[in-house]
Amino acid sequence: MTLHEFIFYIVVPILSISVLLILWRFLIGPSIVDRIIALDLIVTTGIGFIAGYSILTNRPSFLDVAMILALIAFLGTVAFSYYIQKRNKK
Amino acid sequence: MTDILVAIFSLSGAIFILLASIGLLRMPDAYLRISVTTKAATLGIGLLLIAAAIHFQDFSIATRILAIILFILLTAPISGHLIGRASYFSGVKLWKDSIMDDMDGKYNKATQELKSEDVEELKKREKKERKLIKKNPAK
Repeated sequence: MTLHEFIFYIVVPILSISVLLILWRFLIGPSIVDRIIALDLIVTTGIGFIAGYSILTNRPSFLDVAMILALIAFLGTVAFSYYIQKRNKK
Repeated sequence: MTDILVAIFSLSGAIFILLASIGLLRMPDAYLRISVTTKAATLGIGLLLIAAAIHFQDFSIATRILAIILFILLTAPISGHLIGRASYFSGVKLWKDSIMDDMDGKYNKATQELKSEDVEELKKREKKERKLIKKNPAK
């Protein structure tokens, strides 16, 4: 089994299953906070996907996208928590 | 040799992410879910990125990956803290079997202020002190 096959048949499917589980929590989440956490974790898993994909295709330029994605996930969570706190004020 | 190392690192990273997602699905409480996402997922992503760094064996790519890992390590606790704070203030309930709530009564919802002491106990103590001052004035 080569490294390409290992990542294609084992690592990427595990990541896909975990994204599906997180998506389930995103759909049923009782409060809005659960949904925000699930969204954050989906984006974080996307960074892992990009790392695996850059090994698969042998192209390291995908890792720039991972950096931007980490930044956007952090900014999104901060903005969501800011607006939840602001909504309470009224 | 490097292929085996890449395989081990990427597999353990993927398993940690799977554990994080199972924890997110199974945990009974929003706060416990926050704790899961900020620990297990960060470790899993770090391991996957280290696997990529070992695979490419290039200094510039390794620096880039180190920057991503450092950024995630810095921002995951901050975002977890912020979202936990916002959810506590917006009234998300704790799990019914939680043992203690340290912030119980310390947050004033009307004025949105957080004090380091219980608000009602503080009022009671101030009343007691006033009574003591009235009983024996100007020593």
